[in-house]
Amino acid sequence: MAPLLEARRLAKNYGTLRAVEEVSLSLEPGEILGLLGPNGAGKTTTVSMIAGLLAPDGGEVLLMGRPPSTNGAAKRALGLVPQDLALFDGLTAEANLRLFGALYGLGGPGLDRAVKEGLAFVGLSERASSRVKSFSGGMKRRLNLAAGLLHDPSVLLLDEPTVGVDPQSRNAIFDVLEDLRSRGKAILYTTHYMEEAERLCSRIVIMDHGRVLAEGTAPELASRLPHPTRLVAELRGGGDGEGWIGEVGKLPGFSRVSIEGGRLGATVENLAEGTSALLAFIASRGLELASLETQRPDLETVFLALTGRELRDA
Amino acid sequence: MMRALRALVRKDLTLFFEDRRAVVLSFAAPIAIGAFFGFLFSGGGGGNAKIPVRVADLDGSSVSRAIVAALEKDKALEVKSATSADEARELVRRGKATAAVILPKSFGEEAVNAFFRQTDKPDLLLLRDPSHTAEAGMLRGILTQHVMEVVSKEAFSGPAGLRSARQALRQVSEDKAMAPSDRKDLTVLLQSVVNLQEHSTSEKTEALGPQGGIGVPYDTKEEEVTAHAGETYNGYAHSFGGMALQFILMASIEFGMGILIERRTGIWKRLLAAPLHRSTLLLARGISGALISLAIFLVCMGFGMAVFGVRVQGSWPGFLLLAVAYALMASAFGLLLAALGRTPEATRGLAVFAVLILVMLGGAWVPAFIFPAWLQKATLLLPTRWAMDALDGVTWRGLGLASALPAVAILLGFTFVFALIAAWKFPSEEG
Repeated sequence: MAPLLEARRLAKNYGTLRAVEEVSLSLEPGEILGLLGPNGAGKTTTVSMIAGLLAPDGGEVLLMGRPPSTNGAAKRALGLVPQDLALFDGLTAEANLRLFGALYGLGGPGLDRAVKEGLAFVGLSERASSRVKSFSGGMKRRLNLAAGLLHDPSVLLLDEPTVGVDPQSRNAIFDVLEDLRSRGKAILYTTHYMEEAERLCSRIVIMDHGRVLAEGTAPELASRLPHPTRLVAELRGGGDGEGWIGEVGKLPGFSRVSIEGGRLGATVENLAEGTSALLAFIASRGLELASLETQRPDLETVFLALTGRELRDA
Repeated sequence: MMRALRALVRKDLTLFFEDRRAVVLSFAAPIAIGAFFGFLFSGGGGGNAKIPVRVADLDGSSVSRAIVAALEKDKALEVKSATSADEARELVRRGKATAAVILPKSFGEEAVNAFFRQTDKPDLLLLRDPSHTAEAGMLRGILTQHVMEVVSKEAFSGPAGLRSARQALRQVSEDKAMAPSDRKDLTVLLQSVVNLQEHSTSEKTEALGPQGGIGVPYDTKEEEVTAHAGETYNGYAHSFGGMALQFILMASIEFGMGILIERRTGIWKRLLAAPLHRSTLLLARGISGALISLAIFLVCMGFGMAVFGVRVQGSWPGFLLLAVAYALMASAFGLLLAALGRTPEATRGLAVFAVLILVMLGGAWVPAFIFPAWLQKATLLLPTRWAMDALDGVTWRGLGLASALPAVAILLGFTFVFALIAAWKFPSEEG
């Protein structure tokens, strides 16, 4: 069975700049695919090509097995939530949703129902009659999301939907997305927040400079790292490591050593050997070990390993 | 505080100079418009156009023919003949002539007679377009000059003058009511004229020039040519029409800017993601823009009608057709701006510049007669000129539907061209 959405070797150039190069991805029902990468990685360009807003210079997009440009039904199956707040500030929340619903062919009682449900879904029923310009940033984000959902698309393209929102609104958006996933919607979620990708996405595509660097679940991505394990030891009496922290970095197979608030962290090449070496060092220094835990690498680590740069600074 | 003040001012200046195109236009537009109109007002560009005047010579005398000839030679006038007062009046009403001069039957003889006695002056009928007051004033002066030249010349050298002088001499000698001293002076004067005329005639010379004369030997009857006889010209009809046309174009700028801003804010992206063709979105924009323009037009003219007595004295269908055609043209103009513009800031400046030129040269602000002839012809390429003239026609001139149809066709033509370019140039992609 063909995936709901499939992008094959997409490419887009702006003059000599290769904005997107050979990007392929697919999306199944009930799946949230994270498109993770720094600003300028090519995520929005990729989403724009999938949404039919940009013509690819190479490759193709298939929605339900067919190109969306030649298939109106396929385009109706697509919901776009752009990064910008694509709303009419001078209109009420309800009027905005009615407009966007009408663009997808909704009308009459069907439109009434969709608008009502859409507002309720994002928690804005009470503000249906308020003009959007009176909304907070988080409320606008939620309405922006509702506008993309109104026609009940099978595939949802979310381009950085939580930019600039408060934690409460962000959590509300996450709840909505998890609800949508449980209803079988396929969601392509672009973000440069690794925490979001880790929390929401069943699979993650890491992009940078227009190319796909890696793809898989978060554990799969972490497992591909040459130094996948990190040890974290909580110490008492060690202070901030003055006089000895440098020695930890010299232990065989140890790297990325840090200490903060009595918690010593280090990435080790071999878990068993590294654990033994660390315990021996603690004992030799007369430090008291309160706890010892291992952590799998986070996406930040994965991105660092793939690009040599921190995700947020890229 | 000073540091903060400096920082705030620096910020504003930096933002202002950020958009180079907008900055260039901010300085270039006033310079360009000022230089252009200064050039025109100072007599540049080949001099002012001639005032189109129709002359109906119903007299046909040597005097009236000489007056017509003098008018035809005048560099300020473009004189064409008319066969009757009615024909001349209709031509003025249609805007084909700024004024018409009607020389009635026996004008020449009566004018020469009145030259000496200042009684029984003939009436010269001046039919004038009430929207061209300044030109009418100029024409009045030119007319006086030429009539005086011709009549005085006839009075002092022509056969009619000799007859008139002899007759006046007789009347003076028989006039018992006249004071003896006046009678004596006038008799000497008239006898001198008779002697001179007889001498000049015998010598076949034209010794006397056009100088001299006792008084203006005619009365001018002026008639404002409006929709109907006796109808007073209502200047609000032109001013409200002109301002409606101008502010519809101003609204179309905002309309175009709205699209550019929507493209910048991502709304256009969302619209294009819907299962609609781009042409549907542009068409919808065109229709809404036209409806807004139409509303501006109708409200503006409606206010003029309700408060200032503006009337559609010609064709109502013509008036409405003009309104619709102009609204469509303005809407297409807005789409064109959105298609060709890059940033709202730069496009707004350029568009305001273009609209100012359109309305100024279209005749909404200043009378076209101050423009050089070439420019008056050039303004026929502007939709505003056609709209303004036709609107004058169906309102205070009282013209029929046929008078509005050419302008309607021209406006629809502009609509088509603007829309075509907009559809062609409007970006097909939103990244």
